[in-house]
Amino acid sequence: MVFDTTKLTYLRNGSSLSIDPDKCTGCGLCIDVCPHAVLDLVEHRAVASAPARCMECGACRMNCPSGAIAVTSGVGCVAAIVNGMMNKSSPSCGCGSKRSKAACS
Amino acid sequence: MTASSASCGCSPKIGRRDGSTPPDLAPRRASSHVGVADMLKGWGARWGFRRMDRQVEPGLYSLNDARSDSPVLVTSNYQLTFDAVRQELEGIGAWLLVLDTGGVNVWCAAGKGTFSTKELLERIESSRLTEFVNHRTLILPQLGATGVRARDVASTGWRVVWGPVLARDLPEFLRSGSKKTPAMRTIAFDLRDRMVLAPMELVHVVKWLPLFVAFAAMLAFPPGEEFAGRFLGNGMLLLGSLLLGSVVFPLLLPWLPFEAFGLKGLALGLAGNAILGILAHLWIGTPWHALVAAGLPATALVVWLAMNFTGCTTFTSQTGAALEVKVAVKPLLAATLAGIATALWRMAAG
Repeated sequence: MVFDTTKLTYLRNGSSLSIDPDKCTGCGLCIDVCPHAVLDLVEHRAVASAPARCMECGACRMNCPSGAIAVTSGVGCVAAIVNGMMNKSSPSCGCGSKRSKAACS
Repeated sequence: MTASSASCGCSPKIGRRDGSTPPDLAPRRASSHVGVADMLKGWGARWGFRRMDRQVEPGLYSLNDARSDSPVLVTSNYQLTFDAVRQELEGIGAWLLVLDTGGVNVWCAAGKGTFSTKELLERIESSRLTEFVNHRTLILPQLGATGVRARDVASTGWRVVWGPVLARDLPEFLRSGSKKTPAMRTIAFDLRDRMVLAPMELVHVVKWLPLFVAFAAMLAFPPGEEFAGRFLGNGMLLLGSLLLGSVVFPLLLPWLPFEAFGLKGLALGLAGNAILGILAHLWIGTPWHALVAAGLPATALVVWLAMNFTGCTTFTSQTGAALEVKVAVKPLLAATLAGIATALWRMAAG
Protein backbone atom coordinates (compact mmCIF):
# COMPACT_ATOMS: atom_id res chain seq x y z
CA MET A 1 0.00 0.00 0.00
CA VAL A 2 1.53 3.30 -1.07
CA PHE A 3 0.92 6.03 1.48
CA ASP A 4 1.72 9.68 0.83
CA THR A 5 3.15 10.73 4.18
CA THR A 6 3.47 14.37 3.10
CA LYS A 7 -0.28 14.48 3.68
CA LEU A 8 -0.32 13.12 7.25
CA THR A 9 -2.56 15.26 9.46
CA TYR A 10 -2.78 15.95 13.15
CA LEU A 11 -5.73 17.41 15.09
CA ARG A 12 -8.14 19.23 12.79
CA ASN A 13 -8.34 22.18 15.21
CA GLY A 14 -4.67 21.93 16.14
CA SER A 15 -3.42 24.99 14.26
CA SER A 16 -3.45 28.63 15.33
CA LEU A 17 -2.77 29.80 11.74
CA SER A 18 -4.72 32.82 10.52
CA ILE A 19 -4.30 35.10 7.50
CA ASP A 20 -5.59 38.68 7.36
CA PRO A 21 -7.00 39.04 3.84
CA ASP A 22 -6.81 42.84 4.03
CA LYS A 23 -3.05 42.78 4.57
CA CYS A 24 -2.33 39.92 2.17
CA THR A 25 -0.99 41.11 -1.20
CA GLY A 26 -1.03 37.69 -2.85
CA CYS A 27 2.78 37.63 -3.29
CA GLY A 28 2.87 33.86 -2.68
CA LEU A 29 6.07 33.89 -0.57
CA CYS A 30 4.25 31.96 2.16
CA ILE A 31 3.41 29.22 -0.34
CA ASP A 32 7.08 29.03 -1.40
CA VAL A 33 8.23 28.25 2.14
CA CYS A 34 5.45 26.06 3.59
CA PRO A 35 6.73 22.46 3.93
CA HIS A 36 3.25 20.91 4.06
CA ALA A 37 1.44 22.63 1.16
CA VAL A 38 -1.05 24.09 3.66
CA LEU A 39 -1.52 27.34 1.74
CA ASP A 40 -2.96 28.20 -1.66
CA LEU A 41 -3.63 31.38 -3.61
CA VAL A 42 -7.36 31.83 -4.10
CA GLU A 43 -8.43 34.96 -5.99
CA HIS A 44 -5.06 36.63 -5.32
CA ARG A 45 -5.17 35.99 -1.57
CA ALA A 46 -3.42 33.30 0.45
CA VAL A 47 -5.73 30.88 2.25
CA ALA A 48 -5.03 27.88 4.46
CA SER A 49 -6.66 25.13 2.44
CA ALA A 50 -5.22 22.27 4.52
CA PRO A 51 -5.03 23.52 8.14
CA ALA A 52 -4.88 20.01 9.62
CA ARG A 53 -1.44 19.62 8.01
CA CYS A 54 -0.13 22.83 9.58
CA MET A 55 2.54 22.21 12.19
CA GLU A 56 2.95 25.88 13.17
CA CYS A 57 6.58 26.04 12.07
CA GLY A 58 6.11 29.76 11.41
CA ALA A 59 8.00 29.93 8.09
CA CYS A 60 5.01 31.65 6.48
CA ARG A 61 4.75 34.29 9.21
CA MET A 62 8.51 34.86 9.12
CA ASN A 63 8.57 35.47 5.38
CA CYS A 64 5.32 37.37 4.86
CA PRO A 65 6.37 40.87 3.80
CA SER A 66 3.09 42.48 4.88
CA GLY A 67 2.64 40.83 8.30
CA ALA A 68 -0.64 39.27 7.21
CA ILE A 69 -0.01 35.91 8.86
CA ALA A 70 -0.37 35.08 12.54
CA VAL A 71 0.52 31.73 14.07
CA THR A 72 1.81 30.74 17.49
CA SER A 73 4.81 28.62 16.58
CA GLY A 74 6.56 26.24 18.89
CA VAL A 75 7.53 22.59 19.12
CA GLY A 76 4.68 20.13 18.63
CA CYS A 77 6.06 18.00 21.41
CA VAL A 78 4.05 16.69 24.40
CA ALA A 79 7.24 16.26 26.43
CA ALA A 80 8.12 19.92 25.89
CA ILE A 81 4.69 21.03 27.07
CA VAL A 82 4.78 18.81 30.16
CA ASN A 83 8.32 20.06 30.82
CA GLY A 84 7.13 23.64 30.59
CA MET A 85 4.20 22.95 32.91
CA MET A 86 6.46 21.41 35.54
CA ASN A 87 8.99 24.23 35.35
CA LYS A 88 6.27 26.89 35.07
CA SER A 89 7.88 28.13 31.87
CA SER A 90 7.07 28.09 28.18
CA PRO A 91 7.25 24.68 26.49
CA SER A 92 10.80 23.49 26.12
CA CYS A 93 12.31 20.20 25.00
CA GLY A 94 15.48 21.02 26.84
CA CYS A 95 17.26 20.80 23.48
CA GLY A 96 20.97 20.83 23.96
CA SER A 97 20.66 18.74 27.09
CA LYS A 98 20.91 14.97 27.30
CA ARG A 99 17.15 14.85 27.28
CA SER A 100 16.69 16.14 23.76
CA LYS A 101 14.79 13.83 21.50
CA ALA A 102 16.12 11.87 18.60
CA ALA A 103 14.53 14.24 16.15
CA CYS A 104 16.32 17.24 17.61
CA SER A 105 19.49 16.46 15.68
CA MET B 1 32.92 21.61 20.59
CA THR B 2 35.09 19.57 18.26
CA ALA B 3 35.81 20.48 14.69
CA SER B 4 35.70 17.40 12.50
CA SER B 5 38.70 18.39 10.48
CA ALA B 6 39.61 14.75 9.88
CA SER B 7 36.42 14.03 7.99
CA CYS B 8 36.47 16.86 5.51
CA GLY B 9 40.23 16.75 4.95
CA CYS B 10 40.52 20.36 5.92
CA SER B 11 43.37 22.23 4.42
CA PRO B 12 43.56 25.97 4.36
CA LYS B 13 44.29 28.63 1.87
CA ILE B 14 41.95 28.92 -1.05
CA GLY B 15 42.96 31.96 -3.01
CA ARG B 16 40.72 34.97 -3.37
CA ARG B 17 39.76 36.20 -6.80
CA ASP B 18 42.42 38.88 -6.69
CA GLY B 19 45.10 36.25 -5.99
CA SER B 20 45.77 37.11 -2.36
CA THR B 21 45.07 34.86 0.60
CA PRO B 22 43.89 36.42 3.84
CA PRO B 23 45.47 34.92 6.95
CA ASP B 24 43.20 32.69 9.07
CA LEU B 25 40.12 33.54 7.08
CA ALA B 26 40.56 31.32 4.07
CA PRO B 27 37.82 28.77 3.38
CA ARG B 28 38.51 25.15 4.17
CA ARG B 29 38.44 22.49 1.49
CA ALA B 30 35.80 19.80 1.69
CA SER B 31 35.15 16.73 -0.42
CA SER B 32 32.13 14.53 -1.04
CA HIS B 33 33.86 11.55 0.53
CA VAL B 34 32.26 10.29 3.73
CA GLY B 35 34.67 7.81 5.29
CA VAL B 36 34.23 5.05 7.87
CA ALA B 37 35.02 7.38 10.77
CA ASP B 38 32.29 9.79 9.62
CA MET B 39 29.78 6.96 9.21
CA LEU B 40 30.51 5.56 12.66
CA LYS B 41 30.09 8.99 14.20
CA GLY B 42 26.83 9.42 12.34
CA TRP B 43 25.55 6.01 13.46
CA GLY B 44 26.60 6.83 17.01
CA ALA B 45 24.64 10.06 16.79
CA ARG B 46 21.46 8.09 15.98
CA TRP B 47 21.89 6.07 19.18
CA GLY B 48 22.64 9.11 21.28
CA PHE B 49 26.35 8.68 21.81
CA ARG B 50 27.92 12.07 22.51
CA ARG B 51 25.37 13.62 20.21
CA MET B 52 26.26 17.13 21.23
CA ASP B 53 29.84 16.68 19.99
CA ARG B 54 28.72 16.20 16.41
CA GLN B 55 29.64 19.70 15.31
CA VAL B 56 31.54 20.99 12.35
CA GLU B 57 33.51 24.26 12.44
CA PRO B 58 31.23 27.00 11.05
CA GLY B 59 32.42 29.11 8.14
CA LEU B 60 32.96 28.88 4.42
CA TYR B 61 33.97 25.63 2.73
CA SER B 62 35.00 25.06 -0.86
CA LEU B 63 33.41 21.75 -1.90
CA ASN B 64 34.89 19.85 -4.84
CA ASP B 65 37.04 22.79 -5.92
CA ALA B 66 34.40 25.48 -6.10
CA ARG B 67 34.97 28.37 -8.49
CA SER B 68 33.87 31.96 -8.34
CA ASP B 69 30.69 31.17 -10.29
CA SER B 70 29.80 28.07 -8.24
CA PRO B 71 26.55 28.15 -6.23
CA VAL B 72 26.57 29.07 -2.55
CA LEU B 73 24.63 26.63 -0.34
CA VAL B 74 23.88 27.57 3.25
CA THR B 75 23.63 24.85 5.89
CA SER B 76 23.96 24.07 9.60
CA ASN B 77 27.03 22.84 11.48
CA TYR B 78 25.47 19.55 12.58
CA GLN B 79 27.74 16.81 11.32
CA LEU B 80 25.00 14.61 9.83
CA THR B 81 23.63 17.59 7.91
CA PHE B 82 27.04 18.67 6.66
CA ASP B 83 27.92 15.12 5.62
CA ALA B 84 24.58 14.65 3.83
CA VAL B 85 25.04 17.82 1.81
CA ARG B 86 28.66 16.97 0.91
CA GLN B 87 27.79 13.44 -0.17
CA GLU B 88 24.84 14.42 -2.34
CA LEU B 89 26.97 16.92 -4.24
CA GLU B 90 29.45 14.37 -5.55
CA GLY B 91 31.23 15.85 -8.54
CA ILE B 92 29.58 19.26 -8.15
CA GLY B 93 31.62 22.29 -7.16
CA ALA B 94 29.88 24.48 -4.61
CA TRP B 95 30.52 26.82 -1.70
CA LEU B 96 29.11 25.62 1.62
CA LEU B 97 28.41 28.42 4.05
CA VAL B 98 28.08 26.62 7.38
CA LEU B 99 26.17 28.54 10.06
CA ASP B 100 26.81 28.03 13.76
CA THR B 101 23.65 26.32 15.01
CA GLY B 102 25.37 24.64 17.94
CA GLY B 103 25.41 21.30 16.15
CA VAL B 104 21.63 21.24 15.61
CA ASN B 105 19.99 20.42 12.28
CA VAL B 106 18.59 23.18 10.07
CA TRP B 107 14.89 22.80 10.89
CA CYS B 108 15.19 22.62 14.67
CA ALA B 109 17.79 25.38 14.63
CA ALA B 110 15.49 27.58 12.52
CA GLY B 111 12.70 27.00 15.03
CA LYS B 112 14.98 27.82 17.96
CA GLY B 113 16.31 30.95 16.28
CA THR B 114 19.93 29.86 15.72
CA PHE B 115 19.58 29.29 11.97
CA SER B 116 18.61 32.90 11.63
CA THR B 117 18.81 35.98 9.41
CA LYS B 118 21.26 37.50 11.91
CA GLU B 119 23.59 34.46 11.97
CA LEU B 120 23.49 34.24 8.18
CA LEU B 121 24.40 37.88 7.67
CA GLU B 122 27.18 37.68 10.28
CA ARG B 123 28.59 34.52 8.73
CA ILE B 124 28.59 36.09 5.23
CA GLU B 125 30.53 38.98 6.74
CA SER B 126 33.05 36.98 8.77
CA SER B 127 33.76 34.48 5.98
CA ARG B 128 34.25 37.32 3.48
CA LEU B 129 32.07 35.43 1.01
CA THR B 130 31.99 38.38 -1.41
CA GLU B 131 35.70 37.93 -2.06
CA PHE B 132 35.28 34.38 -3.34
CA VAL B 133 32.16 34.46 -5.54
CA ASN B 134 31.22 36.65 -8.49
CA HIS B 135 27.46 36.41 -7.95
CA ARG B 136 25.07 37.35 -5.12
CA THR B 137 22.75 34.37 -4.84
CA LEU B 138 22.37 32.17 -1.76
CA ILE B 139 20.60 28.83 -1.84
CA LEU B 140 19.04 28.05 1.53
CA PRO B 141 17.33 24.84 2.57
CA GLN B 142 13.56 25.43 2.52
CA LEU B 143 13.21 24.33 6.13
CA GLY B 144 15.45 27.23 7.09
CA ALA B 145 12.57 29.58 6.24
CA THR B 146 11.28 29.22 9.79
CA GLY B 147 14.27 31.21 10.97
CA VAL B 148 15.36 33.31 8.00
CA ARG B 149 13.40 36.21 6.51
CA ALA B 150 14.45 36.25 2.86
CA ARG B 151 13.39 39.85 2.38
CA ASP B 152 15.74 41.08 5.11
CA VAL B 153 18.65 39.23 3.51
CA ALA B 154 17.75 40.72 0.11
CA SER B 155 18.04 44.23 1.50
CA THR B 156 21.78 43.59 2.03
CA GLY B 157 22.25 42.69 -1.62
CA TRP B 158 22.08 38.89 -1.36
CA ARG B 159 19.20 37.13 -3.15
CA VAL B 160 17.77 34.12 -1.31
CA VAL B 161 16.59 31.15 -3.32
CA TRP B 162 14.78 28.46 -1.33
CA GLY B 163 16.34 25.13 -2.25
CA PRO B 164 14.76 21.69 -1.82
CA VAL B 165 13.70 20.34 1.56
CA LEU B 166 16.06 17.35 1.24
CA ALA B 167 19.76 17.46 0.36
CA ARG B 168 19.36 14.52 -2.00
CA ASP B 169 17.32 16.69 -4.38
CA LEU B 170 20.12 19.26 -4.66
CA PRO B 171 21.80 17.88 -7.81
CA GLU B 172 18.49 17.79 -9.72
CA PHE B 173 17.58 21.22 -8.36
CA LEU B 174 20.88 22.71 -9.51
CA ARG B 175 20.71 20.97 -12.90
CA SER B 176 17.20 22.22 -13.62
CA GLY B 177 18.15 25.83 -12.99
CA SER B 178 16.79 26.00 -9.43
CA LYS B 179 13.36 24.56 -10.17
CA LYS B 180 11.52 22.59 -7.51
CA THR B 181 9.02 19.81 -8.05
CA PRO B 182 6.09 19.53 -5.56
CA ALA B 183 7.93 16.63 -3.88
CA MET B 184 10.97 18.87 -3.30
CA ARG B 185 8.80 21.42 -1.46
CA THR B 186 7.17 19.12 1.09
CA ILE B 187 8.41 17.09 4.04
CA ALA B 188 7.31 13.49 4.36
CA PHE B 189 7.42 11.11 7.31
CA ASP B 190 8.10 7.81 5.60
CA LEU B 191 8.83 4.46 7.23
CA ARG B 192 12.56 5.07 7.21
CA ASP B 193 12.15 8.55 8.72
CA ARG B 194 10.03 7.06 11.50
CA MET B 195 12.16 4.02 12.23
CA VAL B 196 15.51 5.85 12.49
CA LEU B 197 14.02 7.45 15.60
CA ALA B 198 13.22 4.12 17.27
CA PRO B 199 16.76 3.44 18.59
CA MET B 200 16.82 6.72 20.53
CA GLU B 201 13.30 6.07 21.86
CA LEU B 202 14.43 2.63 23.08
CA VAL B 203 17.54 4.09 24.70
CA HIS B 204 15.33 6.59 26.57
CA VAL B 205 12.98 3.89 27.95
CA VAL B 206 15.56 1.20 28.68
CA LYS B 207 16.68 2.97 31.85
CA TRP B 208 13.19 2.42 33.30
CA LEU B 209 13.52 -1.36 32.88
CA PRO B 210 14.44 -2.17 36.51
CA LEU B 211 11.42 -0.19 37.68
CA PHE B 212 9.08 -2.17 35.44
CA VAL B 213 10.57 -5.49 36.53
CA ALA B 214 10.04 -4.46 40.16
CA PHE B 215 6.49 -3.35 39.38
CA ALA B 216 5.76 -6.67 37.64
CA ALA B 217 7.01 -8.46 40.77
CA MET B 218 4.94 -6.31 43.15
CA LEU B 219 1.79 -6.92 41.12
CA ALA B 220 2.50 -10.68 41.26
CA PHE B 221 2.34 -10.88 45.08
CA PRO B 222 1.69 -12.93 47.22
CA PRO B 223 4.73 -15.19 46.82
CA GLY B 224 3.98 -18.84 46.38
CA GLU B 225 3.26 -21.37 43.72
CA GLU B 226 1.54 -19.02 41.33
CA PHE B 227 3.92 -16.09 41.78
CA ALA B 228 6.11 -17.06 38.83
CA GLY B 229 3.16 -17.34 36.47
CA ARG B 230 1.80 -13.93 37.45
CA PHE B 231 5.26 -12.30 37.42
CA LEU B 232 6.09 -13.57 33.94
CA GLY B 233 2.67 -12.60 32.62
CA ASN B 234 2.97 -9.10 34.08
CA GLY B 235 6.48 -8.84 32.66
CA MET B 236 5.24 -9.79 29.20
CA LEU B 237 2.61 -7.08 29.23
CA LEU B 238 4.86 -4.36 30.62
CA LEU B 239 7.93 -5.08 28.50
CA GLY B 240 5.70 -5.75 25.51
CA SER B 241 4.14 -2.33 26.08
CA LEU B 242 7.57 -0.70 26.11
CA LEU B 243 8.14 -2.18 22.65
CA LEU B 244 4.62 -1.34 21.48
CA GLY B 245 5.11 2.30 22.41
CA SER B 246 8.63 2.85 21.14
CA VAL B 247 8.89 0.57 18.10
CA VAL B 248 5.45 -0.63 16.93
CA PHE B 249 3.82 2.80 17.27
CA PRO B 250 6.21 4.59 14.87
CA LEU B 251 5.98 1.63 12.51
CA LEU B 252 2.18 1.66 12.25
CA LEU B 253 1.60 5.40 12.74
CA PRO B 254 -0.03 6.23 9.37
CA TRP B 255 -2.57 3.42 9.81
CA LEU B 256 -3.56 3.94 13.46
CA PRO B 257 -7.07 5.38 13.97
CA PHE B 258 -7.98 8.78 15.47
CA GLU B 259 -6.17 12.11 15.06
CA ALA B 260 -4.68 12.42 18.55
CA PHE B 261 -1.55 10.43 19.31
CA GLY B 262 -2.88 9.57 22.76
CA LEU B 263 -5.93 7.91 21.22
CA LYS B 264 -3.80 6.15 18.61
CA GLY B 265 -1.70 4.86 21.51
CA LEU B 266 -4.83 3.76 23.37
CA ALA B 267 -6.03 1.76 20.36
CA LEU B 268 -2.60 0.15 19.87
CA GLY B 269 -2.16 -0.40 23.62
CA LEU B 270 -5.52 -2.12 24.08
CA ALA B 271 -5.13 -4.31 20.99
CA GLY B 272 -1.49 -5.12 21.77
CA ASN B 273 -2.09 -5.93 25.42
CA ALA B 274 -5.12 -8.05 24.52
CA ILE B 275 -2.91 -10.17 22.25
CA LEU B 276 -0.06 -10.29 24.79
CA GLY B 277 -2.56 -11.19 27.51
CA ILE B 278 -4.01 -14.08 25.50
CA LEU B 279 -0.49 -15.36 24.76
CA ALA B 280 0.53 -15.04 28.43
CA HIS B 281 -2.54 -16.96 29.50
CA LEU B 282 -2.01 -19.72 26.92
CA TRP B 283 1.76 -20.09 27.27
CA ILE B 284 2.38 -19.31 30.92
CA GLY B 285 -1.05 -19.86 32.43
CA THR B 286 -1.25 -16.42 34.02
CA PRO B 287 -4.79 -15.95 35.43
CA TRP B 288 -7.04 -13.37 33.73
CA HIS B 289 -7.47 -11.16 36.78
CA ALA B 290 -3.71 -10.71 37.07
CA LEU B 291 -3.44 -9.84 33.37
CA VAL B 292 -6.19 -7.23 33.63
CA ALA B 293 -4.48 -5.69 36.68
CA ALA B 294 -1.21 -5.43 34.73
CA GLY B 295 -2.89 -4.48 31.48
CA LEU B 296 -4.22 -1.16 32.78
CA PRO B 297 -0.85 0.44 33.62
CA ALA B 298 0.71 -1.29 30.60
CA THR B 299 -1.83 0.35 28.27
CA ALA B 300 -1.26 3.69 30.00
CA LEU B 301 2.44 3.23 29.24
CA VAL B 302 1.72 2.77 25.53
CA VAL B 303 -0.46 5.91 25.56
CA TRP B 304 2.29 7.91 27.26
CA LEU B 305 4.99 6.71 24.82
CA ALA B 306 2.69 7.43 21.87
CA MET B 307 2.05 10.97 23.10
CA ASN B 308 5.77 11.51 23.51
CA PHE B 309 6.28 10.55 19.89
CA THR B 310 4.68 13.87 18.95
CA GLY B 311 8.10 15.40 19.57
CA CYS B 312 9.64 13.24 16.87
CA THR B 313 7.31 13.90 13.95
CA THR B 314 7.39 16.37 11.08
CA PHE B 315 3.74 17.27 11.29
CA THR B 316 2.49 17.74 14.87
CA SER B 317 1.71 21.24 16.15
CA GLN B 318 2.19 22.84 19.57
CA THR B 319 -1.46 23.86 19.76
CA GLY B 320 -2.49 20.26 19.12
CA ALA B 321 0.04 18.79 21.54
CA ALA B 322 -1.17 21.18 24.26
CA LEU B 323 -4.76 20.04 23.66
CA GLU B 324 -3.66 16.41 23.99
CA VAL B 325 -1.91 17.10 27.28
CA LYS B 326 -4.96 18.93 28.63
CA VAL B 327 -7.24 16.01 27.81
CA ALA B 328 -4.98 13.09 28.70
CA VAL B 329 -3.15 14.15 31.84
CA LYS B 330 -5.92 13.24 34.31
CA PRO B 331 -6.83 9.81 32.85
CA LEU B 332 -3.13 8.89 32.60
CA LEU B 333 -2.45 9.91 36.19
CA ALA B 334 -5.52 7.97 37.32
CA ALA B 335 -4.39 4.83 35.47
CA THR B 336 -0.86 5.10 36.91
CA LEU B 337 -2.13 5.62 40.45
CA ALA B 338 -4.54 2.71 40.06
CA GLY B 339 -1.65 0.53 38.97
CA ILE B 340 0.53 1.59 41.89
CA ALA B 341 -2.37 1.16 44.33
CA THR B 342 -3.03 -2.36 43.01
CA ALA B 343 0.65 -3.28 43.40
CA LEU B 344 0.77 -1.96 46.98
CA TRP B 345 -2.48 -3.75 47.83
CA ARG B 346 -1.13 -7.05 46.47
CA MET B 347 2.05 -6.69 48.51
CA ALA B 348 0.09 -5.85 51.65
CA ALA B 349 -2.32 -8.74 51.10
CA GLY B 350 0.64 -11.10 50.58
